[in-house]
Amino acid sequence: MAEFFASPNVQAALVASAIVAALSAAIGYFVVLRGLSFAGHAVTDVGLTGGAGAMLLGLDPLFGLIAFSVGAATAVGAFGPRARERDVATGLVLAFALGIGAVFLHLQTKFANAQSTLLFGSIFDLDPALLRVVAAVGVFAIAAIAAMYRPLLFASVAPEVARSAGVPVRALGFAFLIVMAIGVAETAQIVGVLISTALLVGPAETAIALVRDPLRGIVCAMAIGIGVTWLGIALAFASFDWSRGAQSWPVSFFVALLALAAYVAARAYRRVRDA
Amino acid sequence: MPDLAAGLAHPYLQNALAGGLIVAVLGAFVGYFVVLRGAAFATHALSQIGFAGAAGAVLIGIEPVVGLLAFSLLGAAGLGALSLRSRTNDVGTALLLVASLGTGALFLALASNFASNVVSLLFGTIVGVDRAQVGLTAVAAACALALLAAIARPLLYATVARAAARSAGVPVVALDFAFLGIVALAAAVTVPIVGALLVFSLMLGPAAAAGCISARPGVALALAVALGAVAVFGGVAAAYETDWPVGFFIATIALLEYVAARSIAAARAGAGRGRATPAA
Repeated sequence: MAEFFASPNVQAALVASAIVAALSAAIGYFVVLRGLSFAGHAVTDVGLTGGAGAMLLGLDPLFGLIAFSVGAATAVGAFGPRARERDVATGLVLAFALGIGAVFLHLQTKFANAQSTLLFGSIFDLDPALLRVVAAVGVFAIAAIAAMYRPLLFASVAPEVARSAGVPVRALGFAFLIVMAIGVAETAQIVGVLISTALLVGPAETAIALVRDPLRGIVCAMAIGIGVTWLGIALAFASFDWSRGAQSWPVSFFVALLALAAYVAARAYRRVRDA
Repeated sequence: MPDLAAGLAHPYLQNALAGGLIVAVLGAFVGYFVVLRGAAFATHALSQIGFAGAAGAVLIGIEPVVGLLAFSLLGAAGLGALSLRSRTNDVGTALLLVASLGTGALFLALASNFASNVVSLLFGTIVGVDRAQVGLTAVAAACALALLAAIARPLLYATVARAAARSAGVPVVALDFAFLGIVALAAAVTVPIVGALLVFSLMLGPAAAAGCISARPGVALALAVALGAVAVFGGVAAAYETDWPVGFFIATIALLEYVAARSIAAARAGAGRGRATPAA
């Protein structure tokens, strides 16, 4: 384990993944409250097409990820706030973006490599310059959530009451979708598109099952998110030894399974507590 | 379009159209309930959960379709179990989806040399479909449609008025599982031919567009079948002309159909309001 913490790559991975796990958990708390899991997942999948496209053009994938994620969030928001319409619109926007990905793949076979790099992330191979961007975007997104915290919470829990109290519910919903898109794009860039959805909704839903108070719930979600991510990274590192150093098991696998396990455990706990 | 007319003489194009049309019909009927139940996410998840099963099947050296079907049905059971007694079942869907994709990633990492075989499942091989595969799709689609027809009435009741259906003795939870099973079956048997992308587009777009135009189930279903057929025919024709992937065109047409239907519905609602308040 000593060699694990001594490696600068591992240190960078732990710092960056903690930032995005905490960010995802805070955003995810509202994603869960607002029933936006599908939109949160779709936005990263759409971002994958943009990120891989940017890589092929020689640009930083983060720009492509953010551009496509924000575009998808805007499209989903434009289709209207009603849940059933949003569900269908999210699905069709997602399918359309995957279709664009199929075209990119057709035009340029290297697209598949770019896609799988972004899908699984490259957490042990982070560019040190990227850490500063990650921190800056993280601070921006947290500040945006903090700025709209009260009205957003009100609008998420009781939209009708909030509307009649003069809260701009629709505008807040739109603004939140954009912040969510930026947050998940950044998370996808660091830990991979695949598990950004797990970090978005898993810790938040787990925390909601355990803690009632919203602010404490968000802090709890952040702690669970960081714990799940770090444990996943440590297990992936340890898995080198399981196959006698031949290959390691993907970080994505461990983090996704840990997030699901935490959620299932919290549900079971709540059932026992409420019974 | 003379190219296309000549192309229709090719068996592969005939097979592509036949396979696509079967999926369009299946998609319209299953999609009607998917839209009504707000199950788009579960449908997306089920068509991707199968992907992990296909990767696992490749790893242990059996037919990918077997793994696909097994994981899809297991996924349906898992989704059903996670949405029991929970209003936020979409969180469970998201986590189950990601856990399956993570497991698929592990299978692929362990069997890296066979990856391309599985990746083609995502986009399908509609232009490389043979007659036997079309026959298999037709049989599987007929099974899924027969199952759906068998439970259609109570499923509709449980979907529109869940509490009332439950108190009338309709087994709503069993119907939830049965419906997810049908979606999983439909996704698993059609994915190898048309790809996860197409299944999803054809289950959502035409049904949702038709739902905007007509609230009457019969009309909406007929319209959804027609819109699905248009998407398939247009997609295959455009893919033939341009050599671009058929999935892109079908997804685009499905999205456009929905946007157009939404605009028509909005225009109608606007006209209705105008008549209702002439004084304003």
